[in-house]
Amino acid sequence: MSIDTALPVLKPTDFASDQDVRWCPGCGDYSILAQMKKVLPTLGVPREKTVFISGIGCSSRFPYYMNTYGMHSIHGRAPAVATGLKTVRPDLQVWVITGDGDGLSIGGNHLMHAIRRNLDLNIILFNNRIYGLTKGQYSPTSPLGQKTKSTPMGVIDNPLHPLSIAIGCEATFVARSIDTNINHLGDVLKRAAEHPGTSFIEVYQNCNVFNDGAWDYAKDRDTKADTTLELQHGKPLIFGKNREKGIRLNGMNPEVVELGKGISEDDLLFHDERSPEPSLAYLLSRMRYEDGFPEPIGVFRCVDAPQYDRLINEQVEEATKKRGRGDLEALFNSGETWTVN
Amino acid sequence: MATITAPNPSPTSKPIAKLEDATVRFCGDSGDGMQLAGTQFTNTSALAGNDVATFPDFPAEIRAPRGTKAGVSGFQVHFSSNDIYTPGDTVDALVAMNPAALTTNLEDLRAGGVLLINKDAFDKKGLEQAGYKTNPIEDGSLSKYKMHAVEMTKLNRLAVEGLGLSQKESDLCRNFFAMGLVFWLYDRSLEPTLRFITAKFGKKPEIAEANTRALKAGYHYGETVEAINTQYQVAPAKLTPGKYRNIMGNTALAYGLLTAARQSNKRLFLGAYPITPASDILHELSNHKNFDVLTFQAEDEIAAVTSTVGASFAGEMAVTASSGPGIALKAEAMGLAVMTELPMLVINVQRGGPSTGLPTKTEQADLFQAMYGRNGECPMPVLAASSPADCFFAVQEAWRIAVRFMTPVILLTDGYIANGSEPWRIPELSELPKIEITHPTEPNNGDAFLPYARNERLARPWAVPGTPGLMHRIGGLEKQDGTGNVSYDPLNHEHMVRTRAKKVALVADDIPLQKLDGKESGDLLVVSWGGTYGACATAVHKMQNAGKSVSHCHLRYLNPLPKNLGQILKSFKKILVPELNMGQLRTILRAEYLIDAAGHNKIQGKPFSVGEIVDKIESLLKS
Repeated sequence: MSIDTALPVLKPTDFASDQDVRWCPGCGDYSILAQMKKVLPTLGVPREKTVFISGIGCSSRFPYYMNTYGMHSIHGRAPAVATGLKTVRPDLQVWVITGDGDGLSIGGNHLMHAIRRNLDLNIILFNNRIYGLTKGQYSPTSPLGQKTKSTPMGVIDNPLHPLSIAIGCEATFVARSIDTNINHLGDVLKRAAEHPGTSFIEVYQNCNVFNDGAWDYAKDRDTKADTTLELQHGKPLIFGKNREKGIRLNGMNPEVVELGKGISEDDLLFHDERSPEPSLAYLLSRMRYEDGFPEPIGVFRCVDAPQYDRLINEQVEEATKKRGRGDLEALFNSGETWTVN
Repeated sequence: MATITAPNPSPTSKPIAKLEDATVRFCGDSGDGMQLAGTQFTNTSALAGNDVATFPDFPAEIRAPRGTKAGVSGFQVHFSSNDIYTPGDTVDALVAMNPAALTTNLEDLRAGGVLLINKDAFDKKGLEQAGYKTNPIEDGSLSKYKMHAVEMTKLNRLAVEGLGLSQKESDLCRNFFAMGLVFWLYDRSLEPTLRFITAKFGKKPEIAEANTRALKAGYHYGETVEAINTQYQVAPAKLTPGKYRNIMGNTALAYGLLTAARQSNKRLFLGAYPITPASDILHELSNHKNFDVLTFQAEDEIAAVTSTVGASFAGEMAVTASSGPGIALKAEAMGLAVMTELPMLVINVQRGGPSTGLPTKTEQADLFQAMYGRNGECPMPVLAASSPADCFFAVQEAWRIAVRFMTPVILLTDGYIANGSEPWRIPELSELPKIEITHPTEPNNGDAFLPYARNERLARPWAVPGTPGLMHRIGGLEKQDGTGNVSYDPLNHEHMVRTRAKKVALVADDIPLQKLDGKESGDLLVVSWGGTYGACATAVHKMQNAGKSVSHCHLRYLNPLPKNLGQILKSFKKILVPELNMGQLRTILRAEYLIDAAGHNKIQGKPFSVGEIVDKIESLLKS
């Protein structure tokens, strides 16, 4: 990413387009939009070098509200559109906005391949566990048993967990945040932007019309200390209102333990976001509230790896260095030729 | 190599028959190296100054069971001292490496034609696999041909003996033996193939030596054996002066893309997913990264086209190439490109359909798909290339239209011209058209930038990310004209649908008027498009030479159609539209111009022969 320090200082409002925001009142998307506008001026990237690409769904209206370049593309394909864009123009800062249906259902293939290629993209998946724009069908992250318009007797297909998918594809930056946890969300967005390579962020986002309260357990003032766990690199996994609980590894499995009574912080699992092996991050992504675990938020994984957008352009440079800039005349005349007089 | 070497002087005194043209087909098992044999013979004939046209025909299976009819691979070369446009209707010399190849190809060999058979492959098993009850070499069934049953396997093994090759490796040289024999038969120089062997196998000297020996052994066999008593010569053709090379359609298309990128001062992005018969475009461009080419092998056809949309938005030359089934998957994204009014190319190397269809066979049944295969009112300019070398020019023209009108453009080719080859007069760089592109750098409406402001061609500005002050958002939702903001206004929608349609229609003002081959009015007009050009042109020339009132009009531009086409059609008593489909262009012409038109339609995965077009013209003239 290119940082131009000579820029005039921009304010969040500079990143707002002139379009009215049309999400339902009370939608979690507003909060994510607000944090994005707050974070972008701190990155030092000019507006014209910032591009938002989205697919289809409520979240995918996002680019219309940003005063940057943007494309509201087609359902599920935003990572692929972004791949073409970033490949030919690695100098641009490219954000991909997607949702649980857009990213994991119709666009699952593109998400997986964008992540494995590790292009320098920032992918934010707004997870509201429902299809909102089409008015209330279950999504690939809807929990088993959930009754929706298309599942009157309850969901019977096992849900996907976005971070497990991303880590399975060996994403180099994986994080989770919550729409209403605005400071945390802002920090995560900033770190994602600064990471070279694909950054994948899942945001727990409330759809107050079709799936209201899906994340209440993680957002409620009274319960969130026990149901979420804020990851910090190099620190033990501690949670609870009084930071009295922790996560310990029992063989290959995590378990919740109470601190004290012979268990100290040193016995706990320490978070290492830079571990080259994705196993630990994967294990964290498997910790579910419904299984009695706090759900981690923050950066699960942040490692360095080669980026497709750089490598493909380096191959062009290498070929040009070795063979010289392509010469059409020489190309046409390659192989056997003959002259007719 | 700037010039050709003279053919080897013939040391024997066998009679030489002079021919105007000849057609040779090599056929054998798909592992027998027939494509290589055909290619070498083609290049040698081209270097000898002939006009050439080729038709490779191979199975979809990489290795069907050995010796079976399903595994037969063939390569046909037509070479001539005149201008030719087709690989030939009938075969003058057939090389059959096994019984399966013989039985599947014999019907195309003309009576009295030369038949070179690898006798060693006609054993019990081989005959059974091909369904022969008796050995055709011995039962007299081949008596109407000049049959030479040669112990190719045995003679080839003897030729390469002592080089330390295994029997399997030895047998791999057998195609060079067959080539050598055919080279002798047509009095061709071995030099180009010897150079090829050195270049290709230089690092494996024993293989190079074996192939060289096999080639020469075949040649000397022809010289020596008394049974083969005539040699043939086809004199050089009188082609337009210039420097030539032989080129395949997909290669020509790749070169055309490189040229268009250079001439428009753009990087070239190709988003593609492997698919027969389009993959060679991806392969070719991947080898030319030093032309500032970025080839992206996408995870699927949809990613291939949507990455192309992204690359176009980014301001570069963006191309996706596929075949029918892949194009079907790209339809929604093509709609996005129409809606966002971004320039890009969608190349369809057509094959037999529907569904997976006939992957390695040719057809032109995707015209409707190109014209109408998207949701909504979604017009795109459609062009079609007419021959292997024409792919070079057609694709440049497609890109010119794309950037001039800010629209995705479809270019249709087909398996027949993609894999076929012909001599290509190498153009001088100064002959190649420049393609002008401008990107705005300033707002176009006071301080504001209107991404959907339009010029006289109704094209919108191509403002690229990175340009200060021109930030804007585009997408697949209906746009308000001018601002590009999302709009659900009913009248705006109708206005935009009509504007997009008119923009594509305006392309007609920007393309040449339709040309005719023949008189401007008459009894019959043949209207063709795409890869059937050669067969139709040849058939019409035959009719014209026979004094018939027949003209030919070959369409490059299928949407929009040239402005004078209606007038042309109305000037003939009858219209014939030969197509390798059920009559798609014919339907369009009838709808567009309310004229009657007869079809000649063939859906066999094979190109037209000249003869069948001639027959159809004659029957129409009589009726």
